[in-house]
Formats: sequence, C-alpha cells, structure tokens
Amino acid sequence: MTPDILIFAQASASSLDRFLQMLVGGLGIGTIYALLAMGFVIIFKATQVVNFAHGALVALGAFFVAIMAVQYDIPGQWMEGSPAWLTWSLAAMLGITLGGFLGLLLERLFIRPMVGEPLFQIAILTVGLDIVLRTIIDDIAGLDGRPLADPWGVSATKFGNVSITHTQLVQFGVTAFAVAAIALFFRSRTGVAMRATAFDQEAASAQGIKVGRIFGISWFLGAILAGVAGVFASVFPRAAGVSSSTAFVAFGAFPAIILGGLDSVVGAVIGGLIIGIAESAASVYLVQFNDVLGSGFSAIIGYIIMLIVLLVRPYGLFGTEEVRRV
Amino acid sequence: MRGRPLLYTSYETDQALLNTGTKKLLFFLFVVVLLLLPLGIIPGLGFLAADDWMLTLAEVAIVFIAAIGLNILTGLAGQVSLGHAFFMGIGAYTAAILGAPEGPLWGLGLPIWVWLPAAGVLAALVGVLIAPTSFRVRGLYLAIVTLGLVFIGEHLWRNLEFITGGSQAGRVFPPLELKLWKEETPLIDFSNDGTWFGIELSGHAKTFYLMLVFAIVCGILAQNIQRTRAGRAFQSIRDRDIAAEITGVDEFRYKTIAFMLSSFFAGVSGALLASAFVRLTPENFGLPVSVEIIAVVLIGGAGVVSGMAMGSIFVIVLPLIVLNVTEWTTSVATSGEGFFASIADFFVATGNFDSGFISAIPGSSPGLNVFQMNQVLYGLLIIGFIIFEPLGLYGIWIRIRNYWKGWPFTY
Repeated sequence: MTPDILIFAQASASSLDRFLQMLVGGLGIGTIYALLAMGFVIIFKATQVVNFAHGALVALGAFFVAIMAVQYDIPGQWMEGSPAWLTWSLAAMLGITLGGFLGLLLERLFIRPMVGEPLFQIAILTVGLDIVLRTIIDDIAGLDGRPLADPWGVSATKFGNVSITHTQLVQFGVTAFAVAAIALFFRSRTGVAMRATAFDQEAASAQGIKVGRIFGISWFLGAILAGVAGVFASVFPRAAGVSSSTAFVAFGAFPAIILGGLDSVVGAVIGGLIIGIAESAASVYLVQFNDVLGSGFSAIIGYIIMLIVLLVRPYGLFGTEEVRRV
Repeated sequence: MRGRPLLYTSYETDQALLNTGTKKLLFFLFVVVLLLLPLGIIPGLGFLAADDWMLTLAEVAIVFIAAIGLNILTGLAGQVSLGHAFFMGIGAYTAAILGAPEGPLWGLGLPIWVWLPAAGVLAALVGVLIAPTSFRVRGLYLAIVTLGLVFIGEHLWRNLEFITGGSQAGRVFPPLELKLWKEETPLIDFSNDGTWFGIELSGHAKTFYLMLVFAIVCGILAQNIQRTRAGRAFQSIRDRDIAAEITGVDEFRYKTIAFMLSSFFAGVSGALLASAFVRLTPENFGLPVSVEIIAVVLIGGAGVVSGMAMGSIFVIVLPLIVLNVTEWTTSVATSGEGFFASIADFFVATGNFDSGFISAIPGSSPGLNVFQMNQVLYGLLIIGFIIFEPLGLYGIWIRIRNYWKGWPFTY
C-alpha cells in the first residue's frame, strides 16, 4: 500500500511542479502580450487607429536597444566602474525612448493626415507601414539577429522545483511597474485629457485639449510599451536577439487585445495574461494530442479562444459595447 | 440623341454595363490588346509575349478575380476582411483533392469542369459558415477575427500533409486542361506548348488566354451583381447599416450573401492560382496574400470593378518593373561607364563602405536587396495611395476624365 501512495504523492508533486513551471512560462509570454496589448489599446482609445504596425514598433524598440547597449555602448562608455545592470538598463531606457520618438514621428507623418478618414483605410495604412518598417529591420538586423547582451544572460533561480530565469523576474517587475505607471498616467492631467479625447474628440477639442498632441502622446506611449515588450521578446528564454522574426510576437498579441476588448486597458492586461498562459498550457499539456491538433497548435490557440469569446461577447471581456443609434 | 452622350432616354441605356461610348471603346480596345498580346505583334508591347511576362499577366488576371471577390465584401458591403487568403486556400486545396492526378497525396484526377466550380462552391459554403460572425462582430473587430482565420487556415494547411504536402514540399495542383472525363489526351491543353489554329503558342501564353477568359467572365458577373437587388442592398448596408435595416434590407441575409459571393470568387481564384503555378506550399496562402488583395482593392479604388483591373495590373506588374530597373541600375553602377554611371552609383552600394539604397553585393554591402526594395516600395505605395488618393487609380482616372470632359473650358 505504502509504495503506491508514495508514487502517487510524487506524481502529484511533479505534476504540480509542471503546472507551476507552465504558469511561469505562461506569465513570461503573457506579460509581453500584456505590454503590447496595453500600448495597442492606448493608441486605439486615443486615435481610433487599429495599429497593425505594432509588430514593427516591437522590433524597432528592441533594435534601438541593441544599437545603444551593444554597438555604441551608450551610456556605458562614460560610466566605468558602475554595475553592468545599471548601464544596461540605462541603455535600454534610452533605446526604448528612441523607439517612442519614432512612434511620435510615424504618427505625425502618416496618421495625422488621415484624421477623419474611414478607420479601415487607416488600419490598412498601418499594414503598409508595417511592411516598410519590417523590411528595413530585416535588412539592418538580419536573419541571425543582433544580441541585446543583457547582463542577466541565462542565469536562473530555483524556487522548489520551479526555475525562473532572472530575465523573467526583471520582466515581471517591469510589467507590474508599467501597468502601475499607466494606471497613474490616466489619473494625471494629460491622462484625463486623453480619456476625454477617447470619449469625444470634438468635445475634448472644445474644452481646450490639444487633440493632436494627445494623438502624439498616445503613439509615444504605445511605441514605448512595444519597445519594452520587444526587449523582453528578444532576450534569453525567448530568443537570442532582435531578428526578422521579433515583429511576429505582435500577431500573438492580437487575440489578447480582442479578448480583453479593443478599448479596455485593464482588459488588455488580463487578456494578455490569459492568452500567454493558454499558449503555455497548450504547449505543455496538449503535446500528446499533436497527431490530432497538429504541431504548433499552441501558436494558434489564442485565436481559437478569441473566436469563441467573441461569439459570446462580441466586444471582448471588458470592451464597451458600441451603442447603435440613428 | 446623337452628340448628347449623357442623355439617357430609357432605363435600359442608363443601366447598361457600358453606358457611354468611351467605355465601349476602351473596353473593346482593352480586350483586343490583351488578346493580341501573346502573339507579340503589338509595336512596343512585344516584350510582353515573353514567357515570364505571360505568367505574370496570367497572375494579374487571377488576382483580379480574387480582388473582385473582396471588392464585393469590402467595397460594396463594407465588411472588412483580412481572411481572403484563407478562402483562396480552401479553393486551391479543394481543386487539388478533386483534380490533381492520383499519387501519394489525395487526388481524384477529375476534369476542370468539376474541380473549378467545386473550389468556388466549397469556399462559398465556408464563407456562409463564417458570415454570422460579421453579424455579431462589427467593424475592426471583424478585421482581427478574419486575421485569425488566416492563421488557423495556415495551421491547418501545414498539418494536413496528406492533402497539402506540408510546408517544405508543397504539392502539385491539377493541370490546366479540358477533359471530358479521365481520358488520356485532353481536348484542350492550356499548360503545354503547342499550336492553336496554326499559331505556335507557349504554355504560359495559353494559360494567359484561359485566365483572361475567366477574368472577363467574372468581371462581367461582378458588374452585374452590383446592379441586382443584392448589390444595392450591399451598398446600403455599407453606407449605413441601421438605415438599411429600417428600409427593409435584411442585414443578416445580405451579409451572408456578400460573404458567400466573395468567398466563391476567392475559391475560384485560389484554384486557378495554384494550377497556374503548378506547385505551391501552405505558406503561399498566408497573410501576405490577403494584404496583396486588399492592396489591389485600395489602390484600384474600392467598389469599382474596372478599378480592380487597374489595381491588379499595378500591384502585380510593379515588382517586375522594379526588378528590371534595379538590375539595370546596378549593372550601370558596377560597370562604371557612361554618363548615368555616376547617378546610378548614388543609389547603389557597390562596396562595403559605399552608401546607397540598393545593394549590389547581397548580404555584405549596406542597402536593400532587390526583394526588399520591392517590399518597401509596395508598402510605400499602399501608404501613398491611402493618404493622397483614397479613391485609388479609379479616382485618378475620374479626374483625368473630368478634365477632358470640359476641355477646353476646364477650370
């Protein structure tokens, strides 16, 4: 009797470990989706633009970090003696901010002239932007990719039987900080102005809010969040560097955005985590069904969840229902 | 009523397909030119009779069919869809199962008059299944749902290896030949060289003729759909869905019909595309195809069939022109002779430390290679057309037409 129970106990312990490890992996990808979805939703709320170029912003942000941290070593070359994590983080912030300014520039050049045009046309315009930017990234970053040379590398810590890489720990911390910062931002003066603009552009404009500036800020924020996600999508557990495939992480985030509701920041975070954990769970628990489901099923499970949820709740879990009136 | 071109005295003349003399003349000229193209006897356009150009023009015709399909859904009914590639894939693989020769992969070897309509019908059926989502999910949500369709479709094609051959090898699609049933020699062979009426034609030229016929038939069909009760219902849903409902348009019914028609054209064009290119992999029915068809619709001018023709010519032929221009510029720059060499050298990076947009040595020098150059131009074109000419090439044509209409009193 006893050995059986022992085996059972061991099996259940290992399956719990497996579950926790799966959860860590799911949060690892889920936080990236959450960051991406948040940026996407901010842009959508403020400007009504569905930004298909978000993937390009992801890759560009990470690419700028690679330039700053690896190629030119700014500001590391003036800060000898300071710890590696500090100089690298500063370089990353610098690179991500550069990405943010690029977002600002894109909005000014391509999106601003389109204010008042049909939303579908603007959405397809961002598809065009995505093609251009991604081709340029492919050319300069190459297929084999550029490493970001983060100071944490492949090191990991074990909690019980569950190992968490240090990059993941940083990632969880940064995501939590970003979510808090965005929540605070929406309480600030500019944030309130952005909410007003999202509610009604003309009315906001009549109240003295510079709607154009709000558009710019939303793209800046969106690009920054995309850049942060891009950095974490191109370091150790996920990839070896920025490459032409970095931008594809955005396609994984679309279900998260829709699941949470296109115009809900809270929904974006929750949707991102759900989709991330679902992907991770599918890759752990559904492997034995590969014959039926096909290999690579975890990559599309997000879309399947999205389809099911949309048929029940057409505006996602937290999206506001569009009031149809004459 | 001669000399009064826009004065219609009956409903029939007003609603005619080609209701002005100019339209009749242009359509006639267009068809004649296209028919004579493969013979290479039109001065200045003789180079188009070359084999690779013929295949490109056949592709134009096929993309045109796909584009009029999307045009019904997006241009007329106003439903945004990124899922066109999915329906093209369904058409192509239905054609493969029914029409491809028997072998290791599924294939029944049936003739074209079975597999081509079947490809359209099956795609249309799937379209009907998808259509209810468009009733439930609106606007840009629908765009992302249909985006999901493309990914799910690609996953299916990659894994149904007994039908699609998997992503490495792909599979052979049914040959373009007219048979009565499974006999050995086809009645008409559209894919191999041979003589028709005493004229020696290459296989690609024959394929082009076949696609041209299909394109014209589908074009007239689409133009007629616009003039039916359903066509007018689509447009009223696009313009204001609530107003349409109030005037008695059954939104659910007509959205389903729009999806059905659109997927039918997509299925037919997918089957033709696969057969014209003989061997394709699942990746050939991915998101870039959807984007390409949307680009055709937007660049041509959403809602207009003749715009789709202009758009598909533009989008498909442009890469070849860019390719030729880039190759020519590169060769001039590397040879370093003549007056143009210094200008060309400005654009071309000939060495590792030279700067320029185009790289002459792939992989080493800075600058974009020819393929990337094409991609960038393609993206910029989409952006440029949407910002500067939302009505597309058709809008440009309208402005030219209006200028000459009032000439010499244009202001």
